[in-house]
Amino acid sequence: MNIYTLIVFLPLVGFLVAGLFGKAIGVKASEYLTSGLLLISAALSWVVFYQIGLSGNPAGPKSILLLHWLTSGNLNLSWSIRVDTLTAVMLVVVTSVSSLVHVYSIGYMHHDQHRQRFFAYLSLFTFAMLMLVTADNFMQMFFGWEGVGLASYLLIGFWYHKPAANAAAIKAFVVNRVGDFGFALGIFAIFFVFGSMDFDTVFAAANAQKGMTMQFLSWEFDVMTVICLLLFMGAMGKSAQLLLHTWLPDAMEGPTPVSALIHAATMVTAGVFMVARLSPLFELSPTALQVVTFIGASTAIFAATVGVTQNDIKRVVAYSTCSQLGYMFVALGVGAYGAGIFHLFTHAFFKALLFLGSGAVIHAVSDEQDMRKMGGLAKKIPYTYAMMIIGTIALTGVGIPTLIGTAGFYSKDAIIESAFAAHSWVGNYAFWMTVAAAFLTSFYSWRLIFMTFHGPSRVEEEAAKHIHESPNVMLIPLYLLAVGALVSGFVFKDFFIGHDPAHFWGKSISDTKEIVAAMHHVPLWVKLSPFVMMVGGFFLAWLFYIKFTKLPALFARIFRPVYLFSYNKWYFDELYNLIFIRPAMWLGRLFWKGGDGKIIDGLGPDGIAARVLDITRGATRMQTGYVYHYAFVMLIGLAAIISWFMFGDVTGATMSGGVK
Amino acid sequence: MNSWSILSVVTFLPLLGALIIFVIPGNDAVAKNNARMAALFTTIFTFFVSLLIWFHFDNSQAGFQFVEKYDWMGENFSYHMGVDGISMLFVILTTFVMPLSILASWDSVQERVKEYMIAFLVLESLMIGVFCSLDLLMFYVFFEAGLIPMFLIIGVWGGKRRVYASFKFFLYTLLGSVLMLLAIMAMYMDAGTTDISKLLTYKFSTEPIHFWGMTISGGLQTILWWAFFASFAVKMPMWPVHTWLPDAHVEAPTAGSVILAAILLKMGGYGFLRFSIPMFPVASDTFAIVVFVLSCIAIVYTSLVALVQEDIKKLIAYSSIAHMGFVTMGIFTATAQGIQGGIFQMLSHGIVSAALFLCIGVVYDRMHTREISAYGGLVNRMPLYAVFFMIFTMANVGLPGTSGFVGEFLALIGAFKANTWVAFVATFGVILSAAYALWLYRRVIFGKLEKASLKNITDLNMREVAILAPLVLLTILFGIWPAPIIDVTTASVEQLLHNYKNAVQAAHDAALLASR
Repeated sequence: MNIYTLIVFLPLVGFLVAGLFGKAIGVKASEYLTSGLLLISAALSWVVFYQIGLSGNPAGPKSILLLHWLTSGNLNLSWSIRVDTLTAVMLVVVTSVSSLVHVYSIGYMHHDQHRQRFFAYLSLFTFAMLMLVTADNFMQMFFGWEGVGLASYLLIGFWYHKPAANAAAIKAFVVNRVGDFGFALGIFAIFFVFGSMDFDTVFAAANAQKGMTMQFLSWEFDVMTVICLLLFMGAMGKSAQLLLHTWLPDAMEGPTPVSALIHAATMVTAGVFMVARLSPLFELSPTALQVVTFIGASTAIFAATVGVTQNDIKRVVAYSTCSQLGYMFVALGVGAYGAGIFHLFTHAFFKALLFLGSGAVIHAVSDEQDMRKMGGLAKKIPYTYAMMIIGTIALTGVGIPTLIGTAGFYSKDAIIESAFAAHSWVGNYAFWMTVAAAFLTSFYSWRLIFMTFHGPSRVEEEAAKHIHESPNVMLIPLYLLAVGALVSGFVFKDFFIGHDPAHFWGKSISDTKEIVAAMHHVPLWVKLSPFVMMVGGFFLAWLFYIKFTKLPALFARIFRPVYLFSYNKWYFDELYNLIFIRPAMWLGRLFWKGGDGKIIDGLGPDGIAARVLDITRGATRMQTGYVYHYAFVMLIGLAAIISWFMFGDVTGATMSGGVK
Repeated sequence: MNSWSILSVVTFLPLLGALIIFVIPGNDAVAKNNARMAALFTTIFTFFVSLLIWFHFDNSQAGFQFVEKYDWMGENFSYHMGVDGISMLFVILTTFVMPLSILASWDSVQERVKEYMIAFLVLESLMIGVFCSLDLLMFYVFFEAGLIPMFLIIGVWGGKRRVYASFKFFLYTLLGSVLMLLAIMAMYMDAGTTDISKLLTYKFSTEPIHFWGMTISGGLQTILWWAFFASFAVKMPMWPVHTWLPDAHVEAPTAGSVILAAILLKMGGYGFLRFSIPMFPVASDTFAIVVFVLSCIAIVYTSLVALVQEDIKKLIAYSSIAHMGFVTMGIFTATAQGIQGGIFQMLSHGIVSAALFLCIGVVYDRMHTREISAYGGLVNRMPLYAVFFMIFTMANVGLPGTSGFVGEFLALIGAFKANTWVAFVATFGVILSAAYALWLYRRVIFGKLEKASLKNITDLNMREVAILAPLVLLTILFGIWPAPIIDVTTASVEQLLHNYKNAVQAAHDAALLASR
């Protein structure tokens, strides 16, 4: 047993024990066991992170064989663990947030009847996520990929008595499967082209495929573009990018710790991780990278425009997550993989903080999630308030330009700068979109703070009596995340986006020195623009929700179509329902009743049976008993035989001529 | 090992059990119980004996093992048995599923228990015979005779529309059977033998045949291929000759459905691998595209139909057809991944679909309805059942880590090599399967338990856990570690492919030569 195997499999042990023997060992033991194992796993992850990433001597990827999976023809696959800097970063993110969420859940889920099941699922999720980030081949990555999907499905639908939760769970799984449709085809294409699914083999052979073409669906395409775009479809599903984003807001039906862990900090970043892991492939297809940038930038602005009008506190944060994931893809698309992963890293802390903070708010006001029924909570739950403020300033990137700031200040600004530094049309598009989104981010984040914590209380009477600060078991994880949200940018920026990427990243991502250098040498106005947007967004939110509180309603009335468009999330759900779900059901019914029933059965067995009946009825009718009827039939028969003999040799000649 | 004819022993042990039950006197509760015990004991014993085959099986050998051969009707037709990497695991699958089916019928069958058990044991003998036969005539006898006990099981112990279902079943299979018998006669006349091991190396002519003004360009091989195809396609079942299956499943008793889904459907796939691909390689190569198109239609069409079903059993039956689409697609890609994926998918489906039908049987025994709308919120009173059902649902969806993933994954890899369109269309199956399976699960298991009729429903009892637990273990074990299964098939599949490629290549060369 080495340290890497322990990190990955301790959560599995937690899942198995809590899942199988949860009833026997009791609630407390299940909670402590799963949380304890996760904390050990997290501690070990930091050790690995230090050894591999921070020691300044990044080793090449280590590969540890676990079990042979199968060999079929030239396909040879095994379970194995791959560890390099990129994996180490993900290990730290996943286990840290997961262990804190485990601990937090001990408090948050206190009243629930099924806590063993909840903790088992959380640990199962963590195991699957760790398998995903330590994958050494595409099959294992897909295993982790779908495994986290399963855990997400189970946890969104954790409260199975709620119809909305059930619907959201299925939606999450199925929409992700749409992405996986592309991912799977991408894997098949990889194997078809390279004859292997191991990362090292594929990366080594990839350069030779640059500019080559392959036939896919009867057209000739550039090999690497086809592969990367198919794989990216998977990333779009998992990371809730535009077109495949619809499941993420609905996923908020799950318990809040789940939203923090899965739908903010870890699982949804799997797509970002995938593109970074496969950066040696994506680097070979400029077209695919442009698509990544374009989709990322569009998602960033789209989700931000929706976030500004939502009233459910968790949905605001969910759209914010969606938008921030778009930022990460922008960085990946312009080749600044380090900046993308850096934002993934910092985002995990402050977004988990915001979600768990929202959870504390919801907990305080008796499970109310509508911000219109909150307000004035700052004094009543001051610690939570402070934590939410820290999360918000980290998300909006508060800092003094060129000097010092919160986590988001470093990572988000790096992305905006790298987009500008790309100097391509898609880079410029991404730059303006992300700058605009920065304004909206600031606006909706402060809107959330002001609606929740400031102004007069709009809490319902019954709930108002019970407003209480959360217990320490919930607050301490918040404090730890707050530390991460404040300092992780400053402390780690020189590693993640330092001048020599190879110094930290080794060979784990294809970051070039050029993009990093260009990123650091953008004009001052570019560096200042996110700051200006941040301040502008804050000011507008203050104006709307503190100073002139009648303004929002007024604006909603004046720009009603725009407001409705945003409030209804650009009508994506309605559209998909119309063009995918209804036609699928309609086709299903058509094939069932029409295809199987009328055509196949009608012409087949039922039809034959009916004809047989007709013929027998006809035969019965023919036996009339009249002699002249029989004589007539005999006459016809005789005529037929004579004609056969007369014209028969013509047919016979063709036959014999044919056989020779 | 063939010193004591293990294949014959395994094949006819169940028949011996049937004989013992036949002589049990009386028809009272004691006699019924004795019949059940005798059947259970026989099937379990057969299973353990059959495991010996696996233990002594040599994975490195491509040819037939444990061979037995005796003259039967003169020299031309012999009693000839043997298994290779393609057939051996189907024997194990049969003997494994059988005790579970007997256990599943323990309480639910109360009428004519002796006859019921005899029918199942006879069926088991015939099914094992199909997979062990190395003589064409013998194969045909086992293959067709197996229908009789199945007819009886559906017709006697079935549901309300059992006559309609068995008649439909009969009409479809009759067509295939007649054509296959004619083809077997033609093969005997052409090759002078019905010995499968000899026929595997015999080259059936591909010279064009002119016939009543028509020209059949692929020759005898093409005619034979279509005749066998008709029979196996019905068994599979492939679109558009699939409509007997949902009706048969719906009317069959639980154990009947289990055997139907787990074993009988696999005879079609096995037939393709034993006859169509190796004996008619050129025709298989020519008409692979037909199989691809039908498979793709099956996957998408039946998945969509499954989406709108109102009867749980029908839904699973339609999903079976979709899963068999992956099998036929994989087999005819003529790649190692495709064929091994097809075999694995059949074995996995044997486990998973059996488990799903058993799960349906559990609630049917309690509520006597298969209407999805009659259920809802079962998790509240049946948490254990919910866990089992979830695992099998996920295996049905093809989640990695379950056995359902491996076969689909390999078959699709093979398909991508053969034709990207095929892989593209078939991969839609992974989206649709998630949709229909999870929606079914949600409607039956999740939600509030509001229906008065369900208020007192009880969770799995010990017997039911004993039935389902081994299936769960295998589902997960073979998902995480498929190598032991795949390795059994490797040598035989490689040889199959080697011969296939050579034959196809030779035909292409000959055609090229002729055109010059």
